[in-house]
Amino acid sequence: MTKPHPLETRVVSRRFDQPDAHTLPGYLASDGFQALEKALAMAPEAIIEEVKKSGLRGRGGAGFPTGMKWSFVPKQSPRAKFVLCNADESEPGTCKDRLILEHDPFAVIEGMVIAGLAIGAKQGYIYIRGEYRYLLDRMERAIEEARAAGYLGKNIRGRGLDFELWAHTGAGAYECGEESALMESLEGKRGIPRLKPPFPAVAGYMGGPTVINNVETLASVPPILINGGEWFAAFGPPKNGGTRLFCLSGHVRQQGVWEVPLGFPLRRLIEEMGGGMRNGAQLKAVVPGGSSTPLLPASVAWELNLDFDSVAKVGSFLGSGGVVVLDENTCMVRFALRIMQFYRHESCGWCVPCREGTQWLQASLARFHGGGGRDADIALMREVSENILGRTFCALGDAAAMPTISILDHWRQEFVDHLNGKPCPFGATTLAAAH
Amino acid sequence: MADTTPAPLVNLTVNGRALQAPAGTLLIEACKQNHIEVPSFCYYPNLSLQAACRMCLVEIEKMPKLQTACTVVVSEGMVVKSDSETVHRARKSAIEFILTNHPLDCPVCDAGGECELQDMTFTYGAEKGRFVEPKRHRDEQQWSPVVYFDRPRCILCYRCVRVCGEAMDVWALGVANRGINATIIPSHQDHLECEECGNCVDICPVGALTSGAYRYKTRPWEMKHVGAVCAFCGDGCKTTLGVRNDAILRGDNRDKSGINGDFLCIKGRYGLDFTQHPERLKQPLVRREGKLQPVSWTYALETVAKRWQEIQKASGSFGVVGSTRSLNEEAFALQKFARTVLQTNNLDHHRTADFPTLYDALAGRGPAPAPLAAMHELKAAPAVLLVGGNPTDEHPLLAWNLRWGYRQNKTRLYILNRGDIKLRRQAYRYAQADDLGAAVRFLNGEGAAAAASLTGVGEASEKRWPQTPVSTPAPLDEGLQDFRARLRQEQDLIIVFSAEVAGDDLRHLVAFGSGLSGATRYIALADNANSHGAADMGLYPDLGPGYTPAPGAPGLNLEQMMAALRQQNLCSLYVVGANPFRLHPVEPEALKQTFLVVQDLFLTETAQAADVVLPALCAYEKAGTVTNTCGEVQVQRRGGGFEGAKSDLEVLHLLADLMGAAWGAANPDRTLQEIRTQVKGYDVSLARLLAGESVLTLPLNGRVPRTAAPAPLRPNRDSLFTAGTLGRYSATMNSVMEKKLEQGR
Repeated sequence: MTKPHPLETRVVSRRFDQPDAHTLPGYLASDGFQALEKALAMAPEAIIEEVKKSGLRGRGGAGFPTGMKWSFVPKQSPRAKFVLCNADESEPGTCKDRLILEHDPFAVIEGMVIAGLAIGAKQGYIYIRGEYRYLLDRMERAIEEARAAGYLGKNIRGRGLDFELWAHTGAGAYECGEESALMESLEGKRGIPRLKPPFPAVAGYMGGPTVINNVETLASVPPILINGGEWFAAFGPPKNGGTRLFCLSGHVRQQGVWEVPLGFPLRRLIEEMGGGMRNGAQLKAVVPGGSSTPLLPASVAWELNLDFDSVAKVGSFLGSGGVVVLDENTCMVRFALRIMQFYRHESCGWCVPCREGTQWLQASLARFHGGGGRDADIALMREVSENILGRTFCALGDAAAMPTISILDHWRQEFVDHLNGKPCPFGATTLAAAH
Repeated sequence: MADTTPAPLVNLTVNGRALQAPAGTLLIEACKQNHIEVPSFCYYPNLSLQAACRMCLVEIEKMPKLQTACTVVVSEGMVVKSDSETVHRARKSAIEFILTNHPLDCPVCDAGGECELQDMTFTYGAEKGRFVEPKRHRDEQQWSPVVYFDRPRCILCYRCVRVCGEAMDVWALGVANRGINATIIPSHQDHLECEECGNCVDICPVGALTSGAYRYKTRPWEMKHVGAVCAFCGDGCKTTLGVRNDAILRGDNRDKSGINGDFLCIKGRYGLDFTQHPERLKQPLVRREGKLQPVSWTYALETVAKRWQEIQKASGSFGVVGSTRSLNEEAFALQKFARTVLQTNNLDHHRTADFPTLYDALAGRGPAPAPLAAMHELKAAPAVLLVGGNPTDEHPLLAWNLRWGYRQNKTRLYILNRGDIKLRRQAYRYAQADDLGAAVRFLNGEGAAAAASLTGVGEASEKRWPQTPVSTPAPLDEGLQDFRARLRQEQDLIIVFSAEVAGDDLRHLVAFGSGLSGATRYIALADNANSHGAADMGLYPDLGPGYTPAPGAPGLNLEQMMAALRQQNLCSLYVVGANPFRLHPVEPEALKQTFLVVQDLFLTETAQAADVVLPALCAYEKAGTVTNTCGEVQVQRRGGGFEGAKSDLEVLHLLADLMGAAWGAANPDRTLQEIRTQVKGYDVSLARLLAGESVLTLPLNGRVPRTAAPAPLRPNRDSLFTAGTLGRYSATMNSVMEKKLEQGR
């Protein structure tokens, strides 16, 4: 249970300090399922309109407007429609969905049922990351309770509408957070992305029209319906409606997850909520939205407001809300290597540039960091990253290339300092190749 | 019914050139049709799209990123650049990525010289390796007697996985692990349980999958490559023989020519090692003191001619058994030899399809539309009725085409047979009856008697692609009613039938087909490479070439000749490329009075009992024409050679000369000319034949008179790994069968 920070605006996380919110009575005690009651009385188009008005953009990373995504689903479909909740939260630096599933599972269920009403789907799945398996019990218990109370299943609240929901876990693959790979995995196949088009709204899970949303996105839906889209939109700057959970980690005094309106200054997040830099060190770099977003140097980061458009303007992404703070003692070569180890390990291997490129970069960075670097490597690693960027089947290749390019560009001098067999100037020990 | 309206054309620009392509065409195909090369590894026509290799990236206006030409469909006004600096850089980097872990062992790799990666590297660059990290190595694995996997060479294009799954419907290959550890794996831990067709080896763009029968034997440029027709089943696949010093080292169809396109089965690909079998006859043998002893050709032929002249003088009886594997020219010459030189109508061959009845039944129907279907027409047929047989084993190309039609053109496949066969997975409807004849009569409207014999009816047993949903299965008799009712609505049907349908049953089948409102075409399934040709050339006791009545009284058929042999009523039996004693064993005692001459590749059961054995050349070692089971005639080219053996045609000419008939030197071209003038339907375009095309013949001469008693059909019932007598002499096919036994199958 986390007590709210004075600077927080708790909308999605409003039940995080309520000890029994994960039980149905606790949930009902704090406006639980009131949004659903309201939605049951609304036309599907009206629900979508309300979500559009809220300016809600996907909280998984890509930031696609949620209402628009829902409106792409055809009204008539010979195949069954589905609502999927992407709870495969795997982006390094991100740990917000976990808290929602843990503290407020019913909000996700409620959001999914409302999405189902909006698009005319009668079935849904929550795809929980393999490493979050311990949350499956809690989720399934919540589904069971909701079903028993008539919020799920046949004839919801006696209003003649059906929605069935199941929770499912993955087996531990970052790639399965990619929406089409998630569907493949959910269908029992190898977790590799699908060709698009067709997009999920037309042919998704089991070939049926599918809406797939992030946990936080879906949990944002009930407060939007209760208070209205305009109320939610008013929290942030134009086109960046609402609040967001930011996961602050790295070299700050206090790591944690806080909900603030979009457009909140990064500096205040670090200094006031994170208690400032650890050990009084200077800020070197910030990962603004999970490990796949380009890193920002301190000078840019200090002036940055956390909303989609402001971060895009400085050449990065708000991504999944995972803010990683790095201080002056961080070896950026080692950081680049650590990131690449992750992507090399998580590449599904389907397409050539990602499969071979991440391995190449990981091997080169490991050698470089270990003191075996050559002059030519710096330019070569950048070129290899460029050759991955924009040429892979899905976005995983970009996710590996973008932070690497930003590190090579902003902190080239650190690479030069590593050259010619010198040990890491930061005293970082050599990382053995992960695999 | 298939939609036959052509797709409208759309206009697009590629590299400044204005092109047109039918709507729905993939960009990569539109470029290819206009001779603009867009390289690719993972894209393969008619298999599912992967977009994995990233070689086909092109620039398309209004699209921010490079696009894969293999997945983008052409659209009106599309502006594409496939030769810009950006595109070239992307290609080069894709190759560079592929080469990071690809071993540079081209000098010892089987694919060296015919490797797509090698070619692309030469064409698009990345010739200098900048990857200085250690390459990942894995030891080579043997997955079956014919399939080896060299993992580091694999570039993960997934062609093998798709050809095995989608095209072969075997699904024996898959992908395991992820990322840099991703690898192709076989179906059963460390080995394949599959049809051993080797299509995965052929389709592999690099040397990752190699052939157990060919690997490390030679280099591609040391061989000459001869397009020959396969010597095994009746489908008439083209196999490109790799020949070095007259020895045939491999068969494949990488150039996708011939009626089989990409396809070859295990027999066509690996079975041809029978040509080098150590037991192959190299010298004529003559029985002396009870034992077959090697002699010279001159001595052997003179022995035969002398003895035959003696028998003729004594008005003794002759019997002649022809081959279903010899070429048309040889079959034609043999019937001429039997009828004019030996002057007998005791002539037959190993019958596996009732062609005379088929042509008789068709005779009333007029020539247009052609009542026979060519093999490739199955791929695009709206509907096919298969009666009896198991094409997967006995006619692998036909089965491939049926699967193709199902996959690409939603062909409705109706199956009427006696038991479960693999093709039921692609069936639209199937019906199972114990008495196929009765079921066929029921189709033709004769009562409900057949319904009682029906033991099952249903739809596809396994659905891997979307199919038209069907209602719940009806009770059995209604099931066959429904089966027939649906068939009767077909406007364009190809009826394929096996040896299980012959005689009157076949007449009923043709009557049923003729009664349909649309065009109905037929394919009779005959087992061996030139079964149809042997029949067309008149190897019958009562029918001459083109199913015309043979002059004189009808002779003995094969069964009757064997009976006569057992009763010592035949003075001489001449067996050319056949092994009748396999199905009709004759006691050696009974042969004492019979002069038995056998012309064959090996010392078969029949040859072992012979008085004179003449070593023959196989189909790959001679030139001429063959006719496949559909009636398509193709040119057979001489691939290899074999020291000491002679072609059947040459032997016939030599014997005819010795017997005083003065045939002169053998010349297949001259014999083909005779066939073209004497056998109706064979007056085909030589230009087309020589260009490697198959030409559908139609030897319809009106009603076919039958004066001899009908002889039973004796189908081989071959499995995937057997091929009559010939198959026994393929070491590769034997090793595959042994392995399967070992693995408990």
